[in-house]
Amino acid sequence: MFLRIAAVAATLFLGSAGIAAEALEIQRVVSPGGIEAWLIQDRSAPILAVQAGFRGGSAQDPAGKDGLANLTVSLLDEGAGPYDSQQFQGRLENRSIEFGAEAERDNVMVGLRTIADRRDEAMELLALALTEPRFEQSAIERVRASILAAIQRDAENPQSLAWRTLWQSLFDGHVYGRQSRGTLETVKALTRDDIVAYHKAQFAREGLMIGVVGDIAPEELKPLLDRTFGRLPAKGRSDAVAEAAAKSPGTTTVIRRPIPQSVVAFGHFGIKRDDPDFYAAYVVNYILGGGGFGSRLMEEVREKRGLAYGVSSYMSTFNRAGLVLGTVGTENAQAAASLELIRKEWRRMREEGPTETELENAKTYLTGSFALQLSSTTRIARMLVTIQADKLGIDYLDKRNAYIEKVTIDDARRAARRLYDPDRLTVVVVGDPAGLGAAN
Amino acid sequence: MRPLPRVPRALVAGALLAGLAAGPAAAKVFEPETFMLANGMQVVVASNHRVPVVTHMVWYKVGSADEVPGKSGIAHFLEHLMFKGTKSVPPGEFSKIVARNGGQDNAFTSYDYTGYFQNVAKDRLELVMKLEADRMANLVLTDAEVDPERKVILEERRQTLDNKPASRLNEQMIAAQFMNHPYGRSVIGWEHEMRGLTTEDAVAWHRRYYAPNNAILVVGGDITAAELKPLAEKYYGAVPARPVPPRVRVQEPTHQAARRVVLESEQVRQPSWRRTYLAPSYARGAVEHAYPLQVLAEILGGGATGRLYKSLVLPGVLAVGASAYYDASAIDLTTFNVAASPKIGVEVEKVEAAVDKVLAEILEKGVTQEELDNARRRLQDAAILGRDSFNGGARTLGAALAMGRTVEDVETWPDRIGAVTVEQVNAAARHVLVERQSVTGILRPKPTS
Repeated sequence: MFLRIAAVAATLFLGSAGIAAEALEIQRVVSPGGIEAWLIQDRSAPILAVQAGFRGGSAQDPAGKDGLANLTVSLLDEGAGPYDSQQFQGRLENRSIEFGAEAERDNVMVGLRTIADRRDEAMELLALALTEPRFEQSAIERVRASILAAIQRDAENPQSLAWRTLWQSLFDGHVYGRQSRGTLETVKALTRDDIVAYHKAQFAREGLMIGVVGDIAPEELKPLLDRTFGRLPAKGRSDAVAEAAAKSPGTTTVIRRPIPQSVVAFGHFGIKRDDPDFYAAYVVNYILGGGGFGSRLMEEVREKRGLAYGVSSYMSTFNRAGLVLGTVGTENAQAAASLELIRKEWRRMREEGPTETELENAKTYLTGSFALQLSSTTRIARMLVTIQADKLGIDYLDKRNAYIEKVTIDDARRAARRLYDPDRLTVVVVGDPAGLGAAN
Repeated sequence: MRPLPRVPRALVAGALLAGLAAGPAAAKVFEPETFMLANGMQVVVASNHRVPVVTHMVWYKVGSADEVPGKSGIAHFLEHLMFKGTKSVPPGEFSKIVARNGGQDNAFTSYDYTGYFQNVAKDRLELVMKLEADRMANLVLTDAEVDPERKVILEERRQTLDNKPASRLNEQMIAAQFMNHPYGRSVIGWEHEMRGLTTEDAVAWHRRYYAPNNAILVVGGDITAAELKPLAEKYYGAVPARPVPPRVRVQEPTHQAARRVVLESEQVRQPSWRRTYLAPSYARGAVEHAYPLQVLAEILGGGATGRLYKSLVLPGVLAVGASAYYDASAIDLTTFNVAASPKIGVEVEKVEAAVDKVLAEILEKGVTQEELDNARRRLQDAAILGRDSFNGGARTLGAALAMGRTVEDVETWPDRIGAVTVEQVNAAARHVLVERQSVTGILRPKPTS
């Protein structure tokens, strides 16, 4: 299947996702045991999705133990309570219960999706995975081998190589600069004791954020919350993460490889989610490179000149850092030309900001497309957790469009000036680009 | 949600593929409404009222397998060029108008169909119908628009194919699998032929195939047939029908010998192994095996409890992933696929031998009733889970109809899966797992000299 435009790494932010507030109502549900969940009750299909967010994530990996969070969460469904790995997996699969766990930088997300008639069984398995994972040595070795193979598989993947290199240069010396998945060396060295300790510190009721979407009423959910999450210890432990001002040296690094298309990753410091200019910056970035067709970068690089299939920029936010990033793929002979155009647009946006018309068009898109991201129960449940993680408030869905609408042309210009700095744009090119870097 | 590219866990790869295999339908769950316009355009409505949003899709019954030799890539190229303007909409404006109205749009091309869609708030449906019907009837193409876009599809080919060893191997494997049928060519086309595609080629393609009687309108989400019908008649009903050539394609000869394709690359650090077997689809070949093969793929590759995982991955010695995949949706023959990823340091040939052992055991002893029951139930469950999204029904129905299947076929899918027997699965395995009809692909690191 070939698409006219590459599927953009869907919805990097709540800013572009959203809910038709009038259509979906978030209810705060508090169980007798004091567990809070945000619920959107939806009977349009007999399906239930639950997502639980725990503060911590791979930023808690101790030095030299990169990949610990990832390995640990990958083991949650590999045997728990009375069930060994095959028994646990068998119960999930034969009842079509989808289980997922992922270590993000600042949070761990654990969740499931199930047909509603088996929700008790599904929630019991979730509880076991969270509170009584077995971490059997055979499962550890099997999952470790799989992660090692994946690291190896990506070692020479141009995209992975470009992003890894850019990431390390932006966050050199900070925990964010490490690889969430770890390296061959660090993953090989992780022990069962490391895993058990990480699990104990990470999974607790304190700071727990729960999103539930689907075919369940609040009164039905309450006892399930206690049964599932009430068994977690009250408190966990996490280390403070230092603020990370992304280093943005403005360098262009060429990693020479014999491939026909140069793969380029670029970026520098940005702003954080709680920044007062966040919405203005979000709108401005939509105009520069976030909006697919019609964005300035797409117009200049693809539509006018055919230099790339895709080019984009996006904001990325973490608890302790903000970034603005982008990517393009261009045949080697044209890589320098593409980059020059991108820098030019970067500078033009900084110096002039968007036009009034661009601002209005961006607002109508960003507010009007609000409901389109609600494509599945899991996605909405995840969004409910992210709203809690970012402390946006339970009425965020009602207010979000107003935040976008309020952005003035002065706000947009100010945000553009803060957000883009062509002189500090840090670039990594993987390929055999002409006119960039030292000759091979 | 974060910028670093993530790699799916090898462990779940099998499950994901199994989910896809279950994708062709979801039954008595979409409960679509259908009607036909006077000009022969079929209309399908798949409602989901969760949010006031609709997906509006037009599927054309033409894909890359309908191309003539020498013009590979034209179906996909035209798909790009459909955004280049009409008598009333200037070049490049289509997507901008959709975006200004809070909508998202895209398009896709496959072997057997080409599709266009917009996801919009319900109150913008009429606008996108007007735009879509306009470019069905009034597309305008000039070299000024076509020339840069040709460079774009070449970049797309580099990005999705030429830069990726696994995709390059896949392209060679498909070419080896289909010796005569146009499924042997990549949808995007061969590079040297893409370079030669002209404005005239694109215009001719549009004129030949983009007729309402060769298209299907599918609208999903917060809409009913009663609401849609007057709009469909107003916009699409106004486009006159015209004759469209029948889809006649050359077919495969008897395959006499197994093929083996090896790609070595400096870009590869971790080897992998795949095999495809020529297989019947819903519509071509021994079609009675189409449903049993879906069950077989689930029994072999269904997540962490499937036969391949249990034999190759669970013992922790040979592989980190193993999967099976089969999609019966095709106008002509298709493939049954098996894949495995060795552990670091394990020879690909060892993994291949282990897969062969699993397949030999299936052929020799067959599957068990318990495996069958579990697999059928999981596939049926997947049909229920397929109702989750507001556009899932529209996609499933559109693809099926574009390949000549019926709404009835889609809606009875769970029943058909539920009726599959152990004997049918075993017979399907014997029919398909035939070495001389197979292509084995190996991706490995280039030895450093």
